[in-house]
This record gives sequence, structure tokens and C-alpha cells, in this order.
Amino acid sequence: MADILINKLRKTYDKGNIVAVDDVSLEIARGELFGLIGPDGAGKTSIFRMLTTLLLPDSGNASVLGLAIVQDYKKIRKKVGYMPGRFSLYQDLSVEENLNFFATVFETTVQENYSLIKEIYEQIEPFKKRPAGKLSGGMKQKLALCCALVHRPEVLFLDEPTTGVDAVSRREFWDMLGRLKLQGITIMVSTPYMDEAALCERVALMQSGKIMSIDTPERIRGKYPNKLFAIRANRMSELLKELRNSSVIKSCFAFGEYHHISFTNNSGKQEETLLAGLSDIGYTGVELKEIKPSIEDCFIELMSNSEVKSTNASIEKT
Amino acid sequence: MNQSVISVEELSKKFGDFVAVNAISFEVKKGEIFGFLGANGAGKTTAIRMLCGLSKPSSGKGTIAGFDIYKQTESIKKNIGFMSQKFSLYEDLTILENIRFFGGIYGLSDQEIKEKSEALITQLQLGSEAKKLVGSLPLGWKQKLAFSVAIIHEPKIVFLDEPTGGVDPVTRRQFWEMIYDATARGITAFVTTHYMDEAEYCDRVSIMVDGVIEAMDAPFKLKQQFHAATMDEVFFELARGAKRQAD
Repeated sequence: MADILINKLRKTYDKGNIVAVDDVSLEIARGELFGLIGPDGAGKTSIFRMLTTLLLPDSGNASVLGLAIVQDYKKIRKKVGYMPGRFSLYQDLSVEENLNFFATVFETTVQENYSLIKEIYEQIEPFKKRPAGKLSGGMKQKLALCCALVHRPEVLFLDEPTTGVDAVSRREFWDMLGRLKLQGITIMVSTPYMDEAALCERVALMQSGKIMSIDTPERIRGKYPNKLFAIRANRMSELLKELRNSSVIKSCFAFGEYHHISFTNNSGKQEETLLAGLSDIGYTGVELKEIKPSIEDCFIELMSNSEVKSTNASIEKT
Repeated sequence: MNQSVISVEELSKKFGDFVAVNAISFEVKKGEIFGFLGANGAGKTTAIRMLCGLSKPSSGKGTIAGFDIYKQTESIKKNIGFMSQKFSLYEDLTILENIRFFGGIYGLSDQEIKEKSEALITQLQLGSEAKKLVGSLPLGWKQKLAFSVAIIHEPKIVFLDEPTGGVDPVTRRQFWEMIYDATARGITAFVTTHYMDEAEYCDRVSIMVDGVIEAMDAPFKLKQQFHAATMDEVFFELARGAKRQAD
């Protein structure tokens, strides 16, 4: 049976005016590392708060470890660990005191489950007397993870653990998650960084309260409907506008040193038309190559195609 | 067009024994997009505070928009714009009130504020939202509005501290196009980001590790120098050697 089962879960705010979670359904198997991928406002935090029994749904239902999120909320709380997006430990308690506090609340001791947190805790142990509020971002994150794990939960909920964290610390954090998964813990994690999707076994791409796609990262990439190309030339920002006005281009987005484009048909003829046209108007060093879509390419494609309008980008649509 | 709008030499900031920023030197040209990268705790925020005239350096020298970093901090503040993910606009003021407030702070006349307000509302297509509280806007709109407000007085430099954190991938790209437009008319953009693809959009980037600028060049040159395929690899190569963990 699935460890997490969500069926048409719905949450609105402001008397129904804001739909934060729009009839979302999904299943997460025991031991799975599952990612909710989406920007702020996608509904990720509301889902976490309903699953951790901190928020009541408007409709729909969900269960965690076979326990209903509304009726069995007390039992769920003993069995899951939750690391909220906003740092929520006691700032004026020390590292050690925070950890002991959370262990006591869950009627256990730090010693009892030390093997689970040992690897992470050892990195912050030199600072165990320091108030949590005085820790660096990376260390706060590690302490929060220890506190969420101190009672050896069966399911771990991590809401944007890597937001605002630099690329090196992000990588270290994902390595830690991989090792926790090996211990059999089911992990549901959210992130706004599209590149982190590849580190999950399965992901749901979310926007405006809806799941746009749910599958393994590889299969999501495989479902990209067009041939995708990367292009660069000598004048990149002008090239972007040029491509957007071109009749053979279906989509065009800046992706670092290249722009990613797809053509209105996949016959291959339009590639030559485009290259000839660009050279006619003086572009040099033009490089065009077919590439495999990234999760971010897929996300953008889904955003522009699905009924889910971007709340962030809808300015352009009105 | 080759004039420097930011010029610092051996700039340092110490807190007691702790050297947060250790003798950094660089110049940024008018209209340039300069990416200021570094791991958490590398000293970026401390450096930006000095560049904005909010914190006195312990040593070194510098001019920002032509003004001395020690003696003319008030003039510096008038000639720069600033936005960050954490602070940008007042959530409990409406869009129009925010524009008027920041316009006033930056010394625009009532007439200028009126014109700017109309232009901004049209440009961002916020007509129907103008009298709504900023707090009720989706993040993407908020960040685009915040950027427009940060350059409402046509500053020489705009400092952008992680401006696109948490924003969806389409809006993130629209935001960068706004940066391009601003720099095309001569505003210099000084940007921090954790998205390494955004580092590629910069004319030059610097990468700070433990208070020191370890590398600074155009992205393609840095990739050559470090034999890396992406800026992510360049960053990882440099930042994983960091000793420091403070924020």
C-alpha cells in the first residue's frame, strides 16, 4: 500500500477566492523519494501542511501510512517528520537544547535514534552550545533536519529545504537525502529548483495548485512533444527577439549561454531556413544543435500548453 | 561608454577578528550586467552593504556612481536602486502607493511620479490591479514591479540580491529581459543569484569564496579557464574549497 495517498485534495483561502490546491491526487510508495517541483504559489506548502495535519482540506481526502489526515491526526504526528520551509526551531535555544526538546516532545531521546542522525549531527556538533538563531543557513538546515528525524519517522516531509542555499550546499543536502532513503524512509520533498527534479525518483510538476505532470524525471523529459534545439550566435539578446518574431519558431526561451527553440514543424527544413535567414541579417558564429529537453524545458512547455495559467506570468496573457 | 560606475580597491570589512570581506578589487562599467556570485557566507551581503553606502569599510577605497564610499554615502544612496527577494515593496500599500512612496524617497517631483506611475502601470499591464495591495499580488508580478520601482529614478546602478528566487521559469526569463532593457539604456546591473544559468546572462561574473574574489571574468572565459562545461561546474570547483560556514 502507498505510504501517502492523496485523493482530490482541495484547499482554498480568502473565502474560496484563492485556490491554493486544486483537486490534487497522487500516490507515493513506501521508501520512495518523491519531489513536488514548482515555483512559489504552486500549492506545495499547503499540501505539506495538510499531510502533516496542520491544515484542514476544504474537500477531498488523504492518508499517510494508512491513517486519515483528519480523523487520525494524532497518530500521524507521531510517525512523520516535517521540516517546514521557514526556519522554525527555537532561535534562543542552543543546538543541543533544540534537539533534546524535539526528542522529548516525541517521547524519545537523542541517544535512542542517534544512528539515524549521526552523520548529519556530527557536522553541527562543534557548535552544539550555540543558539540556533546564530547559526549559518547551512547549519540551520542541518539542525532542522536532525530535529525532524529525531523520533525516527517513517515518512519525512521537507518543504523547500534547499531554497536560498548555494549550489554546493544544495548538492550536499541531496546526498544526505539519498542516504536517508537507503534507511527506508519515505521522503516527500519540494523545491523551486528545476534541476533538482533529476535527483528524485518521481516528481510532480506543479503550477497554480495543479499537477501538470507526474512521472519519473526521465519519462517526463521523454514526453516533450517537439524536437528541441539549442542555438547561440554573436548577439544573444537581439537573437532572442529575432527568433520570437520568426514564423518558423514555435517557442523560444533563454537558457544560459544558449536559447532553446522548437520549430513549428519537425521536418528539418525550417532549420536551414532559419540559419540562412540569420546569416542574411548579419549574425555570425551561429551554432544550432538538437538537444534533450531538461525538466525546466518541460515545465515551461507544460505551463504554456495546459489550462493552468501562470499566476506569475498571466500579465502577458491579459 | 567605457566609464566605471563601480570601482573598488582592496576593500575589506572586519568584524572583530573575523575578516568578512578580504581586500576585494574590481571595476564595473556603465551598462554592464555584473554577476556577484559566492557560497552562503562568502561575504557577498557584507560587500553589497558597503557598495550601497550602508556599511563603512574597515580599509580599502572605492567610488560608487562617482561618489566616495566613505564620505559620500548619502549621494551614493540617491544614485543607486536596490531590490532583494526579502525586501522590495510594502505589502500593505497598494501598487500606486508603493510607486508614489519610492518615487518620493528618490526625490521625484509629483509630476514625475504621476507620469512614471502611468507608464509603469501600462508597461506591466497592471491597469486593473493598480489599487490592489501589493501583498495580494503573485510573486512574479511583485518582483517585476519591485524591479521597476527600484529603477524609477533612473539610477546609475541597480543592485539585485537574488531577485528571481522562487519565481516560475517563464517569469524568471521575463525578469531578465527587463534587466537587459535597463542595461541597454545605460543602467548598470549588479546581481546575485543561486541559479547558475542566470550567471550565463551576465557580461562578467565574480565568484567569492571565504571573503576573497577567487575568479572574475566573462562566463565563457571562466568555463575555458576551469575546463568546465557549465557555470555550475565552475562554481562547484571554486566554492567546494570554502572553509567558512557563516552567513
